[in-house]
Amino acid sequence: MADTTTGRDQAPDPDDTIEQHREDIEQHREDDDTVFVEDKLGAGGAATVAILGVVAALAVPGLLYYTLQVAFDLLSEDLPRWLVGVVAILIGVVGAFALYTAVDLAIKRLPRRISERVQPYAWAGPAMVIVAVFLMYPAFDTMRVSFMDRSADNYIGWDNYRYVFTDDAMLRSLRNTVLWVFFVPAVCVAIGLGFAVLADKLKRLESVSKSLIFLPMAISFVGAGIVWRFVYSFRIATEGTNQIGLLNSIMVGLGQDPLNWLRLEPWNNLFLMIVFVWLQVGFSMVILSGAIKGVPGDILEAARIDGATEIQIFWRVVVPTIMSSIVVVFTTMIIGVLKVFDIVWVMTGGQAGTEVIAERMIREFFVFRHFGRGAAIATFMFLSVIPVMYLNIKRFREEEALR
Amino acid sequence: MTATTAPDQGTKATAEKGLKGSEGGVGNPTTLWIVRGIVLFIVLIWLVPAVGLLVTSLRQQALIETTGWWTAFATLGDTGQWTLAHYEQVLTSGGFDTAFVNTLVVSVPATIMPITIATFAAYAFSWMEFKGRFLMFATVVGLLAVPLQVALIPLQRLYNGFEVTIPGLQYLMVPLINLTTGTDIAVGNATAAIGMPLELNGTFLGVWLVHTGFGLPLAVYLLRNYIGSLPSELIESARIDGADHYQIFTRLIIPLSVPALASFAIFQFLWVFNDYLVAFVFLGTGRGEQVLTVALQQLNSSQTNSWHLLTAGAFISMVVPMIVFFSLQRFFVRGMTAGAVKG
Repeated sequence: MADTTTGRDQAPDPDDTIEQHREDIEQHREDDDTVFVEDKLGAGGAATVAILGVVAALAVPGLLYYTLQVAFDLLSEDLPRWLVGVVAILIGVVGAFALYTAVDLAIKRLPRRISERVQPYAWAGPAMVIVAVFLMYPAFDTMRVSFMDRSADNYIGWDNYRYVFTDDAMLRSLRNTVLWVFFVPAVCVAIGLGFAVLADKLKRLESVSKSLIFLPMAISFVGAGIVWRFVYSFRIATEGTNQIGLLNSIMVGLGQDPLNWLRLEPWNNLFLMIVFVWLQVGFSMVILSGAIKGVPGDILEAARIDGATEIQIFWRVVVPTIMSSIVVVFTTMIIGVLKVFDIVWVMTGGQAGTEVIAERMIREFFVFRHFGRGAAIATFMFLSVIPVMYLNIKRFREEEALR
Repeated sequence: MTATTAPDQGTKATAEKGLKGSEGGVGNPTTLWIVRGIVLFIVLIWLVPAVGLLVTSLRQQALIETTGWWTAFATLGDTGQWTLAHYEQVLTSGGFDTAFVNTLVVSVPATIMPITIATFAAYAFSWMEFKGRFLMFATVVGLLAVPLQVALIPLQRLYNGFEVTIPGLQYLMVPLINLTTGTDIAVGNATAAIGMPLELNGTFLGVWLVHTGFGLPLAVYLLRNYIGSLPSELIESARIDGADHYQIFTRLIIPLSVPALASFAIFQFLWVFNDYLVAFVFLGTGRGEQVLTVALQQLNSSQTNSWHLLTAGAFISMVVPMIVFFSLQRFFVRGMTAGAVKG
């Protein structure tokens, strides 16, 4: 929604205001010059800035953690749950903001040439510290543990990776994950794009229908797993037994035998994928619908005047224009699919040939308590996500170049 | 340059432009009816599974187990087929009442903490000049792709406490200890480590921190995209007027970013509320700690065919997300487009 260009579309200012602006800008330039002269730091100054920057970055997360820890120690274990929530909300909201404010005030007391250089680290630093502890450190540690044994005590070389690529269940999970990556993002983009285009043509129905397609986005994978287990539910067909699952009831209505869908290899993988599509198409549809609305009207108008049909306009004008959004949806979906776990865990428990790598990882780690193998699978997941990660960063670079 | 005096008009103009953009049309009425038909058909397919769940959760257990839920519509007049007993059973003896409170205690702080931290960072990445700015932002965006699974083993181990051996530290520490306590420890045999005992497994604090860490990359990414796309003339003119970064941030950026903040808040809240994996690993399946998704999966694995309980439990786990989604839907959708489709 935020459109940088609209700022320039404002009504032109009267001459005197422009004059005023010009003066402001001149003034600003002089300020810049003085700042520049002041700005030169010696080696000592640079070291001071570096040290203060690190301290400033650590201050907020450190103090926040300490406050929360102390608060809950003081309040003891027995306090009511809602009170825990209220205290946490107070510290989380007011506390975090107050800490930033305090650190910022402290920095402003430093000499200006130093404070100006330290300040960015106090603002961006806490986020960096937290992602370093909760994402970067685990990423490296998981790689290290992947070369270790069951309890992560001794290094055992490549054994865990040999397991990942030779064990039967692992091989099935790799095959299934490839199938998920191949089908789910493409289906999500196709349905999302198709629905967005169609709904865009309607007036009153548009927002209502989009909301309803989007609705499953709000519910959990576990909840969705229950919803669809019920749709797929199967009872052995005997005289007088009604099928209570929707799908099998339709089968019986069509004169077919009811099927145990979730045990039906290899198609049961497809039935699990449908659940993911049901949940996630809303995301694809909203993103692509937004992108379609962003296609400049005059380009569409020009194409119509040139006699292009709606279908030609869609493939030759709309799709190329929104390509970057399609890429975003694809990358997001691929990441989501590589991490898919709950659906399989809830609906089949990875039985009947429905293993996926994320589900195997949790099973090795949490059920079999084999840290080395769990870490090896996690590392493999991470490495397969890196190409997608590269696309994301590349997109950012392109954007930055345009600014 | 000319827009600097009227930030409010700028945003209004943007909103109007967005609305006008939604007008599209096909002239032919027959085509329009076909389009309408397809759209309604897809919507119907999308709704049926959820409707089935809701209807089933409200029917008598004996009916659920003998007839399909759709047959309830044929006997709509029969009020005796409906019951709320399953909800009562799940909430009280099923433990979903505690699970519900636990879920809220996990979700709300785990939403607010990452937002605060990410907004400051997003501002710095957008409007402050500093060394390593691009590298730091690229790192955060790159970490967006780290699968949750990668963090589980190290964090579970870290949450039991940690110890890092620092070579050479003993030459500083041992004489110091000997001096202060009067002991006589030999430096040669000592190793020195920095460590911290932690007991974060099974605590709410531990779960909040994991969610904060995992929410940050997306929050920084979305908010930087939004805050960075605010007109630079706006920030420039505020600086000319003598405002410092903190004033610009609190008085200009936060009010202007409400749509992005609200949308990320809703997104993160729903994500945490619906999360199973983090709660399962770091809080556990105990009756006192479990959240709704964990309670539901416990029920699912122990009473696989008790559809009267499963449907009621599943619906309880969906109520809050649905309320949030419907009441704040416009923010949700608007923010998603603003963040992810920029450019």
